[in-house]
Amino acid sequence: MDSKEKEIIGILEENARLSDKEIARMAEMAEEEVKGIISKLESKGIIIKYKAVINHEKAGIDTVQALIDIKISPERSTGYDSVAVRISKYPEVQSVRLVSGEYDLSVLVLGKTMHEVAYFVAEKIAPLEQVRNTVTNFLLKSYKEYGEIYEAEAKGKRLAVSL
Amino acid sequence: MTVIADRVSQIEGSGIRKFFDIAQRMEGVISLGVGEPDFVTPWSIREACIFSLEKGYTSYTSNWGLLDLREAISDKIYEESGVFYDPEGGILITTGVSEAFDLALRAIINPGDEVILHEPCYVSYKPCTVFAGGTPVCVATGVEDKFELRAEEVAEKISDKTKAIILSYPNNPTGAALSKKDLEEIADVATEHDLIVISDEIYDKLTYEGEHTCFSSLNGMEERTILLNGFSKAYAMTGWRIGYAAGNKEIIEAMMKIHQYIMLCAPITGQMAAIEALRCDDETDRMVSEYNRRRRLMVAGLRELGLSCFEPKGAFYTFPSIEDTGLTSEEFAERLLREEKVVVIPGSVCGDCGEGYIRCSYAVSQYELKDALERMGRFLDTL
Ligand SMILES: Cc1ncc(COP(=O)(O)O)c(C=O)c1O
Repeated sequence: MDSKEKEIIGILEENARLSDKEIARMAEMAEEEVKGIISKLESKGIIIKYKAVINHEKAGIDTVQALIDIKISPERSTGYDSVAVRISKYPEVQSVRLVSGEYDLSVLVLGKTMHEVAYFVAEKIAPLEQVRNTVTNFLLKSYKEYGEIYEAEAKGKRLAVSL
Repeated sequence: MTVIADRVSQIEGSGIRKFFDIAQRMEGVISLGVGEPDFVTPWSIREACIFSLEKGYTSYTSNWGLLDLREAISDKIYEESGVFYDPEGGILITTGVSEAFDLALRAIINPGDEVILHEPCYVSYKPCTVFAGGTPVCVATGVEDKFELRAEEVAEKISDKTKAIILSYPNNPTGAALSKKDLEEIADVATEHDLIVISDEIYDKLTYEGEHTCFSSLNGMEERTILLNGFSKAYAMTGWRIGYAAGNKEIIEAMMKIHQYIMLCAPITGQMAAIEALRCDDETDRMVSEYNRRRRLMVAGLRELGLSCFEPKGAFYTFPSIEDTGLTSEEFAERLLREEKVVVIPGSVCGDCGEGYIRCSYAVSQYELKDALERMGRFLDTL
Protein backbone atom coordinates (compact mmCIF):
# COMPACT_ATOMS: atom_id res chain seq x y z
CA MET A 1 0.00 0.00 0.00
CA ASP A 2 1.46 3.37 -0.97
CA SER A 3 1.34 6.57 1.05
CA LYS A 4 -1.49 8.07 -1.01
CA GLU A 5 -3.67 5.05 -0.37
CA LYS A 6 -2.83 5.21 3.31
CA GLU A 7 -3.72 8.89 3.47
CA ILE A 8 -7.09 8.28 1.83
CA ILE A 9 -7.86 5.39 4.14
CA GLY A 10 -6.91 7.59 7.10
CA ILE A 11 -9.32 10.28 5.95
CA LEU A 12 -12.18 7.86 5.27
CA GLU A 13 -11.77 6.03 8.55
CA GLU A 14 -12.37 9.33 10.26
CA ASN A 15 -15.25 10.48 8.06
CA ALA A 16 -16.65 8.41 5.18
CA ARG A 17 -19.19 11.01 4.07
CA LEU A 18 -16.73 13.40 2.50
CA SER A 19 -17.05 13.97 -1.22
CA ASP A 20 -14.23 12.98 -3.56
CA LYS A 21 -13.56 16.66 -4.04
CA GLU A 22 -13.11 17.27 -0.33
CA ILE A 23 -10.88 14.25 0.06
CA ALA A 24 -8.83 15.46 -2.87
CA ARG A 25 -8.34 18.80 -1.15
CA MET A 26 -7.36 17.28 2.17
CA ALA A 27 -4.91 14.89 0.60
CA GLU A 28 -3.64 17.43 -1.93
CA MET A 29 -4.40 15.16 -4.88
CA ALA A 30 -6.42 15.52 -8.05
CA GLU A 31 -10.07 14.54 -7.71
CA GLU A 32 -9.70 11.98 -10.51
CA GLU A 33 -6.80 10.36 -8.72
CA VAL A 34 -8.82 10.09 -5.51
CA LYS A 35 -11.70 8.51 -7.40
CA GLY A 36 -9.32 6.02 -8.98
CA ILE A 37 -7.66 5.07 -5.69
CA ILE A 38 -10.98 4.66 -3.90
CA SER A 39 -12.46 2.42 -6.55
CA LYS A 40 -9.28 0.35 -6.56
CA LEU A 41 -9.49 -0.02 -2.77
CA GLU A 42 -13.15 -0.99 -3.11
CA SER A 43 -12.61 -3.54 -5.83
CA LYS A 44 -9.70 -5.09 -3.96
CA GLY A 45 -11.97 -5.52 -0.94
CA ILE A 46 -9.79 -3.26 1.21
CA ILE A 47 -12.66 -0.84 1.68
CA ILE A 48 -15.50 -3.19 2.51
CA LYS A 49 -18.36 -0.86 3.20
CA TYR A 50 -19.35 2.64 4.41
CA LYS A 51 -21.67 2.64 7.43
CA ALA A 52 -22.85 4.99 10.16
CA VAL A 53 -22.11 4.48 13.85
CA ILE A 54 -25.53 4.64 15.53
CA ASN A 55 -26.34 4.93 19.20
CA HIS A 56 -29.29 2.54 19.23
CA GLU A 57 -30.23 3.28 22.79
CA LYS A 58 -30.58 6.96 22.06
CA ALA A 59 -32.44 6.23 18.84
CA GLY A 60 -34.94 4.22 20.86
CA ILE A 61 -34.23 1.12 18.80
CA ASP A 62 -34.51 -1.81 21.16
CA THR A 63 -31.95 -4.44 20.38
CA VAL A 64 -30.19 -7.10 22.36
CA GLN A 65 -26.62 -8.04 21.78
CA ALA A 66 -24.58 -10.85 23.21
CA LEU A 67 -20.96 -11.83 23.01
CA ILE A 68 -20.75 -15.59 22.65
CA ASP A 69 -17.52 -17.30 23.70
CA ILE A 70 -17.18 -20.53 21.81
CA LYS A 71 -14.81 -23.43 22.39
CA ILE A 72 -14.08 -25.29 19.17
CA SER A 73 -12.56 -28.60 18.21
CA PRO A 74 -10.65 -27.59 15.14
CA GLU A 75 -10.85 -29.76 12.05
CA ARG A 76 -7.74 -31.46 10.83
CA SER A 77 -7.84 -29.96 7.34
CA THR A 78 -9.32 -26.50 7.80
CA GLY A 79 -8.62 -25.68 11.45
CA TYR A 80 -10.97 -23.03 12.77
CA ASP A 81 -11.77 -21.49 9.43
CA SER A 82 -14.62 -23.62 8.18
CA VAL A 83 -16.68 -23.39 11.34
CA ALA A 84 -15.97 -19.68 11.70
CA VAL A 85 -17.13 -19.10 8.15
CA ARG A 86 -20.28 -21.12 8.72
CA ILE A 87 -21.14 -19.09 11.79
CA SER A 88 -20.42 -15.86 9.92
CA LYS A 89 -23.14 -16.60 7.37
CA TYR A 90 -26.01 -15.96 9.79
CA PRO A 91 -27.35 -12.43 9.50
CA GLU A 92 -27.85 -12.31 13.28
CA VAL A 93 -24.09 -12.58 13.67
CA GLN A 94 -22.38 -9.16 13.73
CA SER A 95 -18.79 -10.23 14.11
CA VAL A 96 -16.78 -13.41 14.34
CA ARG A 97 -13.24 -13.32 15.70
CA LEU A 98 -10.69 -15.98 16.49
CA VAL A 99 -9.16 -15.15 19.85
CA SER A 100 -6.46 -16.48 22.14
CA GLY A 101 -7.27 -17.49 25.69
CA GLU A 102 -9.78 -19.83 27.19
CA TYR A 103 -12.13 -19.78 24.23
CA ASP A 104 -11.50 -19.84 20.52
CA LEU A 105 -14.17 -17.75 18.87
CA SER A 106 -15.76 -14.55 20.07
CA VAL A 107 -19.04 -13.99 18.27
CA LEU A 108 -21.29 -10.96 18.54
CA VAL A 109 -24.96 -11.77 18.02
CA LEU A 110 -27.73 -9.23 17.53
CA GLY A 111 -31.41 -9.92 18.14
CA LYS A 112 -34.62 -8.20 19.13
CA THR A 113 -35.07 -9.93 22.46
CA MET A 114 -32.98 -11.93 24.89
CA HIS A 115 -35.07 -14.90 24.08
CA GLU A 116 -34.35 -14.59 20.40
CA VAL A 117 -30.60 -14.40 20.99
CA ALA A 118 -30.57 -17.30 23.45
CA TYR A 119 -32.66 -19.34 21.08
CA PHE A 120 -30.32 -18.57 18.19
CA VAL A 121 -27.32 -19.77 20.19
CA ALA A 122 -29.06 -22.92 21.35
CA GLU A 123 -30.48 -23.74 17.94
CA LYS A 124 -27.80 -22.68 15.51
CA ILE A 125 -24.46 -22.50 17.26
CA ALA A 126 -24.38 -25.05 20.05
CA PRO A 127 -25.43 -27.98 17.87
CA LEU A 128 -22.58 -27.51 15.39
CA GLU A 129 -20.38 -30.55 15.45
CA GLN A 130 -17.14 -28.68 16.17
CA VAL A 131 -18.62 -26.56 18.97
CA ARG A 132 -17.69 -28.00 22.35
CA ASN A 133 -18.94 -25.33 24.65
CA THR A 134 -20.51 -21.83 24.58
CA VAL A 135 -20.88 -19.02 27.09
CA THR A 136 -23.42 -16.26 26.36
CA ASN A 137 -22.63 -12.79 27.72
CA PHE A 138 -25.45 -10.31 27.19
CA LEU A 139 -24.32 -6.73 26.62
CA LEU A 140 -25.83 -4.33 29.12
CA LYS A 141 -24.63 -0.99 27.85
CA SER A 142 -22.30 0.45 25.23
CA TYR A 143 -19.84 3.14 26.13
CA LYS A 144 -17.72 3.21 23.02
CA GLU A 145 -18.06 1.53 19.62
CA TYR A 146 -15.81 1.69 16.57
CA GLY A 147 -13.53 4.08 18.42
CA GLU A 148 -16.34 6.55 19.10
CA ILE A 149 -17.38 7.43 22.64
CA TYR A 150 -21.17 7.46 23.02
CA GLU A 151 -21.49 10.23 25.55
CA ALA A 152 -19.54 12.94 23.78
CA GLU A 153 -17.38 15.06 26.01
CA ALA A 154 -18.20 18.59 26.93
CA LYS A 155 -18.30 20.57 23.71
CA GLY A 156 -18.78 24.25 23.24
CA LYS A 157 -16.90 25.23 26.35
CA ARG A 158 -14.38 27.11 24.32
CA LEU A 159 -14.83 30.83 24.03
CA ALA A 160 -16.02 31.90 20.60
CA VAL A 161 -13.20 34.40 20.35
CA SER A 162 -9.70 33.91 21.62
CA LEU A 163 -6.36 35.16 20.48
CA MET B 1 -7.42 62.39 40.05
CA THR B 2 -6.80 59.93 37.27
CA VAL B 3 -6.97 56.53 38.82
CA ILE B 4 -5.48 54.44 36.09
CA ALA B 5 -1.77 54.63 35.40
CA ASP B 6 -0.73 56.19 32.09
CA ARG B 7 1.18 53.09 31.18
CA VAL B 8 -2.08 51.17 31.20
CA SER B 9 -4.50 53.76 29.90
CA GLN B 10 -2.37 54.40 26.82
CA ILE B 11 -3.07 50.82 25.73
CA GLU B 12 -6.32 50.32 23.86
CA GLY B 13 -8.63 47.56 25.00
CA SER B 14 -8.70 44.51 22.80
CA GLY B 15 -10.64 45.10 19.58
CA ILE B 16 -11.98 41.61 19.92
CA ARG B 17 -14.26 42.26 22.85
CA LYS B 18 -17.05 43.55 20.60
CA PHE B 19 -17.18 40.36 18.55
CA PHE B 20 -17.21 38.27 21.64
CA ASP B 21 -20.18 40.20 23.01
CA ILE B 22 -22.18 39.91 19.79
CA ALA B 23 -21.40 36.21 19.38
CA GLN B 24 -22.38 35.47 22.94
CA ARG B 25 -25.89 36.73 22.40
CA MET B 26 -26.45 34.65 19.26
CA GLU B 27 -27.56 31.08 18.70
CA GLY B 28 -25.99 28.85 16.08
CA VAL B 29 -22.71 30.69 15.77
CA ILE B 30 -19.76 28.94 14.12
CA SER B 31 -16.54 30.37 15.40
CA LEU B 32 -13.40 30.51 13.32
CA GLY B 33 -12.23 33.06 15.84
CA VAL B 34 -10.71 30.53 18.19
CA GLY B 35 -7.04 30.52 19.04
CA GLU B 36 -7.00 27.17 20.75
CA PRO B 37 -7.35 23.51 19.74
CA ASP B 38 -10.82 22.01 19.41
CA PHE B 39 -9.45 18.75 20.82
CA VAL B 40 -9.72 18.16 24.52
CA THR B 41 -6.47 17.28 26.26
CA PRO B 42 -5.55 13.64 25.46
CA TRP B 43 -6.91 11.28 28.08
CA SER B 44 -3.59 9.89 29.29
CA ILE B 45 -2.57 13.44 30.23
CA ARG B 46 -5.83 14.09 32.05
CA GLU B 47 -5.52 10.78 33.81
CA ALA B 48 -1.98 11.56 34.96
CA CYS B 49 -3.34 14.77 36.46
CA ILE B 50 -6.17 12.99 38.25
CA PHE B 51 -3.72 10.44 39.58
CA SER B 52 -1.47 13.21 40.88
CA LEU B 53 -4.43 14.70 42.75
CA GLU B 54 -5.30 11.33 44.23
CA LYS B 55 -1.75 11.03 45.47
CA GLY B 56 -2.02 14.44 47.07
CA TYR B 57 0.13 16.63 44.85
CA THR B 58 -1.53 19.90 45.69
CA SER B 59 1.28 22.07 47.03
CA TYR B 60 3.52 24.78 45.63
CA THR B 61 6.47 23.53 43.66
CA SER B 62 9.96 24.93 43.50
CA ASN B 63 9.85 28.43 42.00
CA TRP B 64 11.64 26.98 39.00
CA GLY B 65 8.96 24.32 38.49
CA LEU B 66 9.18 20.58 39.12
CA LEU B 67 12.64 19.25 38.41
CA ASP B 68 11.17 16.19 36.66
CA LEU B 69 9.40 18.47 34.23
CA ARG B 70 12.47 20.63 33.64
CA GLU B 71 14.51 17.51 32.97
CA ALA B 72 11.95 16.16 30.53
CA ILE B 73 11.85 19.50 28.72
CA SER B 74 15.64 19.65 28.61
CA ASP B 75 15.73 16.15 27.05
CA LYS B 76 13.08 17.05 24.54
CA ILE B 77 14.82 20.23 23.37
CA TYR B 78 18.12 18.38 23.12
CA GLU B 79 16.56 15.55 21.14
CA GLU B 80 14.74 17.85 18.75
CA SER B 81 17.27 20.57 18.18
CA GLY B 82 20.56 19.55 19.72
CA VAL B 83 20.65 22.42 22.21
CA PHE B 84 21.31 21.54 25.83
CA TYR B 85 19.63 23.58 28.54
CA ASP B 86 20.59 22.75 32.09
CA PRO B 87 17.42 21.77 33.97
CA GLU B 88 18.98 23.52 36.94
CA GLY B 89 19.07 27.17 36.06
CA GLY B 90 18.56 27.07 32.31
CA ILE B 91 14.82 26.36 32.27
CA LEU B 92 11.98 28.09 34.08
CA ILE B 93 8.44 26.71 34.17
CA THR B 94 5.85 29.47 33.82
CA THR B 95 2.11 30.02 33.78
CA GLY B 96 1.85 29.68 30.03
CA VAL B 97 4.01 31.31 27.40
CA SER B 98 2.04 34.43 28.28
CA GLU B 99 3.85 34.77 31.59
CA ALA B 100 7.19 33.70 30.15
CA PHE B 101 6.89 36.42 27.52
CA ASP B 102 6.19 39.09 30.10
CA LEU B 103 9.08 37.92 32.27
CA ALA B 104 11.47 37.89 29.36
CA LEU B 105 10.75 41.50 28.53
CA ARG B 106 10.78 42.73 32.09
CA ALA B 107 14.04 40.94 32.74
CA ILE B 108 15.91 42.72 29.96
CA ILE B 109 14.17 46.00 29.15
CA ASN B 110 15.18 49.34 30.60
CA PRO B 111 12.87 52.32 30.10
CA GLY B 112 13.09 53.50 26.52
CA ASP B 113 14.75 50.37 25.14
CA GLU B 114 13.44 49.46 21.74
CA VAL B 115 12.05 46.06 20.88
CA ILE B 116 11.67 45.07 17.24
CA LEU B 117 8.63 42.98 16.43
CA HIS B 118 7.17 41.82 13.17
CA GLU B 119 3.53 42.34 12.34
CA PRO B 120 0.97 40.91 11.86
CA CYS B 121 1.62 39.19 15.17
CA TYR B 122 0.10 37.86 18.34
CA VAL B 123 -1.83 40.67 19.99
CA SER B 124 -0.01 40.57 23.34
CA TYR B 125 3.44 41.47 22.13
CA LYS B 126 2.99 45.18 21.77
CA PRO B 127 1.10 45.86 25.02
CA CYS B 128 3.48 43.65 27.00
CA THR B 129 6.44 45.54 25.59
CA VAL B 130 4.84 48.80 26.67
CA PHE B 131 3.99 47.46 30.13
CA ALA B 132 7.63 46.47 30.50
CA GLY B 133 8.67 50.05 29.72
CA GLY B 134 9.98 49.29 26.27
CA THR B 135 9.18 50.92 22.94
CA PRO B 136 7.81 48.58 20.27
CA VAL B 137 9.30 49.11 16.83
CA CYS B 138 7.17 47.31 14.29
CA VAL B 139 8.28 45.78 11.04
CA ALA B 140 5.42 45.11 8.65
CA THR B 141 5.52 41.82 6.77
CA GLY B 142 3.39 41.33 3.70
CA VAL B 143 1.93 38.57 1.62
CA GLU B 144 4.39 39.31 -1.21
CA ASP B 145 7.09 38.12 1.21
CA LYS B 146 4.89 35.27 2.48
CA PHE B 147 4.66 37.20 5.75
CA GLU B 148 8.28 36.31 6.44
CA LEU B 149 10.55 38.67 8.32
CA ARG B 150 13.59 39.68 6.30
CA ALA B 151 16.89 40.30 8.02
CA GLU B 152 17.53 43.49 6.09
CA GLU B 153 14.23 44.92 7.30
CA VAL B 154 15.24 44.19 10.87
CA ALA B 155 18.61 45.83 10.26
CA GLU B 156 16.93 48.97 8.96
CA LYS B 157 15.03 49.42 12.20
CA ILE B 158 17.98 49.05 14.50
CA SER B 159 19.03 52.07 16.53
CA ASP B 160 21.38 52.49 19.46
CA LYS B 161 18.38 51.88 21.72
CA THR B 162 17.45 48.50 20.23
CA LYS B 163 17.64 45.76 22.84
CA ALA B 164 15.75 42.80 21.47
CA ILE B 165 13.92 41.20 18.56
CA ILE B 166 10.75 39.24 19.01
CA LEU B 167 10.44 36.32 16.63
CA SER B 168 7.21 34.41 16.33
CA TYR B 169 7.17 31.59 13.80
CA PRO B 170 5.08 29.60 12.98
CA ASN B 171 3.05 32.75 13.20
CA ASN B 172 -0.29 33.64 14.71
CA PRO B 173 -2.23 35.01 12.75
CA THR B 174 -0.63 34.36 9.32
CA GLY B 175 0.57 30.76 9.59
CA ALA B 176 3.88 31.82 8.05
CA ALA B 177 7.10 30.02 8.94
CA LEU B 178 10.74 30.91 8.33
CA SER B 179 13.32 28.70 6.66
CA LYS B 180 16.58 27.94 8.39
CA LYS B 181 18.39 30.19 5.97
CA ASP B 182 16.15 33.17 6.72
CA LEU B 183 16.56 32.58 10.43
CA GLU B 184 20.32 32.45 10.04
CA GLU B 185 20.30 35.85 8.40
CA ILE B 186 18.35 37.26 11.31
CA ALA B 187 20.79 35.56 13.67
CA ASP B 188 23.65 37.38 11.93
CA VAL B 189 21.93 40.71 12.51
CA ALA B 190 21.41 39.83 16.17
CA THR B 191 25.08 39.01 16.57
CA GLU B 192 26.27 42.07 14.74
CA HIS B 193 24.19 44.43 16.87
CA ASP B 194 24.42 42.42 20.08
CA LEU B 195 20.67 41.88 20.47
CA ILE B 196 18.60 39.46 22.49
CA VAL B 197 16.10 37.38 20.51
CA ILE B 198 12.87 36.35 22.20
CA SER B 199 11.67 33.41 20.12
CA ASP B 200 8.08 32.35 20.75
CA GLU B 201 7.95 28.85 19.29
CA ILE B 202 4.64 27.76 20.77
CA TYR B 203 3.45 26.47 17.37
CA ASP B 204 6.65 24.56 16.57
CA LYS B 205 4.96 21.15 16.48
CA LEU B 206 2.24 22.46 14.22
CA THR B 207 4.47 22.74 11.17
CA TYR B 208 3.10 21.23 7.97
CA GLU B 209 5.59 22.22 5.33
CA GLY B 210 9.30 21.99 5.85
CA GLU B 211 10.93 21.47 9.23
CA HIS B 212 10.79 23.78 12.18
CA THR B 213 14.17 25.20 13.17
CA CYS B 214 14.63 26.12 16.80
CA PHE B 215 16.22 29.56 16.82
CA SER B 216 18.62 28.79 19.63
CA SER B 217 20.07 25.90 17.63
CA LEU B 218 21.61 28.37 15.19
CA ASN B 219 25.26 29.24 15.42
CA GLY B 220 25.92 31.49 18.41
CA MET B 221 22.24 31.95 19.24
CA GLU B 222 22.04 29.75 22.30
CA GLU B 223 23.47 32.54 24.45
CA ARG B 224 21.30 35.34 23.12
CA THR B 225 17.99 33.58 22.61
CA ILE B 226 15.20 33.39 25.13
CA LEU B 227 13.33 30.36 23.86
CA LEU B 228 9.64 30.31 24.78
CA ASN B 229 7.40 27.32 24.36
CA GLY B 230 4.52 25.64 26.11
CA PHE B 231 1.89 22.98 26.18
CA SER B 232 -1.20 24.92 25.11
CA LYS B 233 -1.22 24.24 21.39
CA ALA B 234 0.67 21.03 20.64
CA TYR B 235 -0.96 19.07 23.45
CA ALA B 236 -4.33 20.81 23.48
CA MET B 237 -3.68 22.11 27.00
CA THR B 238 -4.64 25.79 26.86
CA GLY B 239 -6.54 25.73 30.14
CA TRP B 240 -3.70 24.18 32.10
CA ARG B 241 -1.51 27.28 31.84
CA ILE B 242 1.92 25.68 31.53
CA GLY B 243 4.76 27.11 29.48
CA TYR B 244 8.48 27.55 29.87
CA ALA B 245 11.45 29.71 29.05
CA ALA B 246 14.90 28.35 28.27
CA GLY B 247 17.98 30.44 27.84
CA ASN B 248 21.28 31.50 29.27
CA LYS B 249 21.40 31.26 33.02
CA GLU B 250 21.89 34.95 33.69
CA ILE B 251 18.67 35.85 31.90
CA ILE B 252 16.67 32.90 33.20
CA GLU B 253 17.81 33.75 36.73
CA ALA B 254 16.57 37.32 36.25
CA MET B 255 13.22 36.07 34.94
CA MET B 256 13.01 33.71 37.87
CA LYS B 257 13.51 36.64 40.24
CA ILE B 258 10.36 38.31 38.93
CA HIS B 259 8.47 35.04 38.67
CA GLN B 260 9.08 34.09 42.29
CA TYR B 261 7.60 37.34 43.54
CA ILE B 262 4.64 37.64 41.19
CA MET B 263 3.68 34.03 40.52
CA LEU B 264 5.56 31.89 43.03
CA CYS B 265 5.21 28.88 40.76
CA ALA B 266 3.12 27.46 37.96
CA PRO B 267 0.21 25.26 39.09
CA ILE B 268 1.45 21.86 40.21
CA THR B 269 -1.49 19.99 38.68
CA GLY B 270 -0.66 21.37 35.27
CA GLN B 271 3.01 20.58 35.74
CA MET B 272 2.21 16.97 36.62
CA ALA B 273 0.08 16.74 33.49
CA ALA B 274 2.81 18.34 31.39
CA ILE B 275 5.28 15.63 32.40
CA GLU B 276 2.88 13.06 30.96
CA ALA B 277 2.26 15.21 27.87
CA LEU B 278 5.92 14.91 26.91
CA ARG B 279 5.35 11.18 26.60
CA CYS B 280 2.37 11.66 24.29
CA ASP B 281 3.91 12.53 20.95
CA ASP B 282 1.63 10.06 19.15
CA GLU B 283 -1.38 12.07 20.23
CA THR B 284 0.23 15.25 18.94
CA ASP B 285 1.01 13.59 15.61
CA ARG B 286 -2.60 12.52 15.29
CA MET B 287 -3.84 16.05 15.94
CA VAL B 288 -1.28 17.56 13.58
CA SER B 289 -2.30 15.34 10.69
CA GLU B 290 -5.93 16.28 11.28
CA TYR B 291 -5.07 20.00 11.34
CA ASN B 292 -3.16 19.54 8.13
CA ARG B 293 -6.20 18.06 6.35
CA ARG B 294 -8.36 20.90 7.53
CA ARG B 295 -5.73 23.41 6.52
CA ARG B 296 -5.82 22.17 2.95
CA LEU B 297 -9.60 21.97 2.97
CA MET B 298 -9.88 25.53 4.21
CA VAL B 299 -7.32 27.09 1.91
CA ALA B 300 -8.93 25.43 -1.12
CA GLY B 301 -12.38 26.39 0.14
CA LEU B 302 -11.48 30.05 0.66
CA ARG B 303 -9.85 30.24 -2.75
CA GLU B 304 -12.93 28.71 -4.32
CA LEU B 305 -14.94 31.53 -2.77
CA GLY B 306 -12.73 33.90 -4.71
CA LEU B 307 -10.62 35.10 -1.78
CA SER B 308 -6.92 35.16 -2.32
CA CYS B 309 -5.38 33.11 0.44
CA PHE B 310 -1.76 32.73 1.41
CA GLU B 311 -0.80 29.11 2.00
CA PRO B 312 0.01 28.83 5.71
CA LYS B 313 2.87 26.54 6.70
CA GLY B 314 2.17 26.23 10.40
CA ALA B 315 -0.07 27.00 13.41
CA PHE B 316 -3.82 26.60 12.77
CA TYR B 317 -4.82 29.79 11.02
CA THR B 318 -5.50 30.91 7.48
CA PHE B 319 -5.13 34.58 6.66
CA PRO B 320 -7.09 35.32 3.49
CA SER B 321 -7.29 38.77 1.94
CA ILE B 322 -10.70 40.44 1.88
CA GLU B 323 -9.43 43.61 0.29
CA ASP B 324 -11.38 43.03 -2.95
CA THR B 325 -14.67 43.21 -1.07
CA GLY B 326 -14.07 46.89 -0.41
CA LEU B 327 -14.77 46.37 3.28
CA THR B 328 -12.32 46.92 6.08
CA SER B 329 -11.34 43.85 8.08
CA GLU B 330 -13.46 44.98 10.94
CA GLU B 331 -16.52 45.73 8.81
CA PHE B 332 -16.16 42.38 7.10
CA ALA B 333 -15.89 40.50 10.39
CA GLU B 334 -18.80 42.32 11.98
CA ARG B 335 -21.13 41.89 9.01
CA LEU B 336 -20.18 38.25 8.55
CA LEU B 337 -21.04 37.66 12.17
CA ARG B 338 -24.32 39.55 12.12
CA GLU B 339 -25.48 38.21 8.76
CA GLU B 340 -24.20 34.64 8.70
CA LYS B 341 -23.15 34.02 12.29
CA VAL B 342 -19.55 33.19 11.53
CA VAL B 343 -16.84 34.62 13.77
CA VAL B 344 -13.52 35.57 12.22
CA ILE B 345 -10.86 37.89 13.60
CA PRO B 346 -10.11 41.12 11.71
CA GLY B 347 -6.46 41.08 10.70
CA SER B 348 -6.15 44.69 11.83
CA VAL B 349 -6.09 43.67 15.50
CA CYS B 350 -2.77 41.96 14.79
CA GLY B 351 -1.13 45.12 13.50
CA ASP B 352 -1.86 47.85 10.95
CA CYS B 353 -0.47 45.73 8.13
CA GLY B 354 -3.09 43.09 8.98
CA GLU B 355 -5.75 45.43 7.58
CA GLY B 356 -7.41 43.87 4.55
CA TYR B 357 -7.13 40.38 5.98
CA ILE B 358 -9.11 38.17 8.32
CA ARG B 359 -7.84 35.37 10.52
CA CYS B 360 -9.81 32.14 10.18
CA SER B 361 -8.89 29.32 12.51
CA TYR B 362 -9.15 25.74 11.35
CA ALA B 363 -9.11 24.39 14.89
CA VAL B 364 -12.75 23.42 14.32
CA SER B 365 -14.32 20.17 13.14
CA GLN B 366 -14.55 19.34 9.44
CA TYR B 367 -18.32 19.75 9.64
CA GLU B 368 -18.11 23.22 11.12
CA LEU B 369 -15.44 24.16 8.67
CA LYS B 370 -17.58 23.16 5.68
CA ASP B 371 -20.60 24.90 7.13
CA ALA B 372 -18.62 28.06 7.81
CA LEU B 373 -17.30 28.12 4.25
CA GLU B 374 -20.83 27.79 2.88
CA ARG B 375 -21.99 30.66 5.04
CA MET B 376 -19.05 32.80 3.96
CA GLY B 377 -19.92 32.01 0.35
CA ARG B 378 -23.48 33.21 0.89
CA PHE B 379 -22.21 36.35 2.59
CA LEU B 380 -19.77 37.14 -0.22
CA ASP B 381 -22.57 36.72 -2.78
CA THR B 382 -24.52 39.52 -1.12
CA LEU B 383 -21.67 42.00 -1.39
C1 LIG C 1 1.97 33.19 19.42
C2 LIG C 1 1.39 32.89 20.74
N1 LIG C 1 2.17 32.99 21.83
C3 LIG C 1 1.68 32.74 23.05
C4 LIG C 1 0.37 32.40 23.26
C5 LIG C 1 -0.12 32.16 24.67
O1 LIG C 1 0.15 30.85 25.04
P1 LIG C 1 -0.04 30.29 26.51
O2 LIG C 1 -1.36 29.58 26.52
O3 LIG C 1 1.09 29.33 26.68
O4 LIG C 1 0.02 31.41 27.46
C6 LIG C 1 -0.47 32.28 22.16
C7 LIG C 1 -1.90 31.92 22.35
O5 LIG C 1 -2.75 32.16 21.54
C8 LIG C 1 0.04 32.53 20.87
O6 LIG C 1 -0.73 32.43 19.78
